[in-house]
Amino acid sequence: MAFDDPFSDKPLIFELSREGRQGVEPSRCDVPERDPEASIPGEFLRSDIEGSPEVSEPEIIRHYTRLSRLNYGVDTGFYPLGSCTMKYNPKVNEDIASFEGFLLLHPYQPEELCQGALRLMYELECYLAEVSGMDSVTLQPSAGAQGEFCGLLTIDAYFRDRGKPRKKVIVPDTAHGTNPASTSLAGFRAVTVRTGKEGVLTLDTLKEVMDNDTAALMLTNPNTLGLFERHIKEISDYVHQMGGFVYCDGANLNALMGIAKLGEMGVDIVQFNLHKTFSTPHGGGGPGSGPVGVKKILEPYLPVPRIRKKDDRYTLDYNQPRSIGKLRAFYGNFSVMVKAYSYIRRMGPEGLKKASTVAIVNANYIKERLKSTYHLPFDRACMHECVFSDRFQSQYGVTTMDIAKRLIDYGFHPPTIYFPLIVHGAMMIEPTETESPEEIDRFIEAMKEIDREARESPDVVKNAPTRGIKRIDEAGAVRRPVLRWQGSGGGG
Amino acid sequence: MEFPKDLKYTKEHEWVRTEEDNIVTVGITDYAQDSLGDVVYIELPQEGGTVTKNEPFGVVESVKSVSDLYSPVSGVVKEVNEELIESPEIINGDPYGDAWMIKVEINSPEELDDLLTSEEYQKFIEEEK
Repeated sequence: MAFDDPFSDKPLIFELSREGRQGVEPSRCDVPERDPEASIPGEFLRSDIEGSPEVSEPEIIRHYTRLSRLNYGVDTGFYPLGSCTMKYNPKVNEDIASFEGFLLLHPYQPEELCQGALRLMYELECYLAEVSGMDSVTLQPSAGAQGEFCGLLTIDAYFRDRGKPRKKVIVPDTAHGTNPASTSLAGFRAVTVRTGKEGVLTLDTLKEVMDNDTAALMLTNPNTLGLFERHIKEISDYVHQMGGFVYCDGANLNALMGIAKLGEMGVDIVQFNLHKTFSTPHGGGGPGSGPVGVKKILEPYLPVPRIRKKDDRYTLDYNQPRSIGKLRAFYGNFSVMVKAYSYIRRMGPEGLKKASTVAIVNANYIKERLKSTYHLPFDRACMHECVFSDRFQSQYGVTTMDIAKRLIDYGFHPPTIYFPLIVHGAMMIEPTETESPEEIDRFIEAMKEIDREARESPDVVKNAPTRGIKRIDEAGAVRRPVLRWQGSGGGG
Repeated sequence: MEFPKDLKYTKEHEWVRTEEDNIVTVGITDYAQDSLGDVVYIELPQEGGTVTKNEPFGVVESVKSVSDLYSPVSGVVKEVNEELIESPEIINGDPYGDAWMIKVEINSPEELDDLLTSEEYQKFIEEEK
């Protein structure tokens, strides 16, 4: 029995507003009041908005509690959003990040009073270097894309340092969507290469575009088709022979931990998405953390400060004349580092390897059990995610969008859809190691049921979702956004 | 899905119509608009700007994805479809007509030679599916 259904129609917070009603009594103003128009330039003053809603404290509490119940997260259910690694984050890591000694630390605390925090950061750098096979790691970047930017800037700094700047970065079409953007932002020109029938980059394809002006190859391994770039070693050997670097987007590291080291495949730079792989809630605006690991040759260019250990003392070292400088205030998102450190220590090397192994087994299980129902464009062993298309269902007028929406009715968050772009109508499913075999079976059954509906009663799928919520007009939301409450009968 | 015979096509799903005096009109194909879904935003070059064959000249954004537009020719932009920028949704209704994107004065007409015919393009998208 649903005692109170959060999806039921409730008045909006603006509609609950009654003039003069309030939840708290603000303390009396103890400075002279001034007219806003006398103090703030006119262009920054809004004249066309009524005040905020006036409601009581229980009303506001109920409002936000109801919103929180409308939310969906990995703590409420299966969240197979491919390429995003929405895995469960053990709560003990949250507890540890909330220890007062970490929580109340001030960024300007003298070094001798924050030795524990510096040690944690230093050791986390070492662990990440160990997992990836890199020589040095910086924890500074705020999230994955800033990590990419940081890695690319170090490459640029390397070539400038030698007086021979290079302008091109090659990005395969199976790379993460942020890669070409980071490339441009770092001042390079992104050159896309197609991966073709095999679903992975081949040396011959690379040779067509690689030249002496190419600073780096930027790929994602495993790639966004969930396939391992099996030619990586010969590819990186060739890139090095041409004087370039190999950048690997480490966002899919959840498939490799403890199994294979990127450094041994010839990768020179990698960013880690701690909020994906190393136990920090992902999505919802962060904070994330995107450390960057490099081979020795690029170490002098990493951002300052570097953390040094001498005897048993940890220090912050700003004396790095060839550094690209600082990427942000202070040292990165520290609380995320604490969670990652705690996660790695609790899992241990065998635990990390098992997590990746189970993630891969789960994805392959879904792939095998669904491939007769949904078109599988690249039919071979996958890593931590698999990509289907809507080719079979589209004969009945049912598209990937419809299938995704119908999954909501079955109580599942839809997978990533229409990405990667190289698969027409892509559905990219990443179960992670989080889910039990029973839960994965439930998901598979739902997908099969949706296929049956697509053939027998396609309108049911095309009109989804119907249980509690409706399909939103996505185009209308962009073309004619209504961003503010416009009163009863308002809108448009 | 329609692919008019009098147009030339690219593997990046643009079409080219040859007008007079070395002017060509460029847009995206029916297949492209269908794959993109509801288009919500289009970015095109300025009038008087230059475009280069096989290089991006603009951006098209739909509810599904954001894609670069690749120029099928090199030359100077003579005219830009301002109405399309205002109402990008017309691309989903009339990709070969009202939703033309730019008119370009081309440098060398030979650049048109390696573009695809309607039949070649249809064969290409069948293989790509």
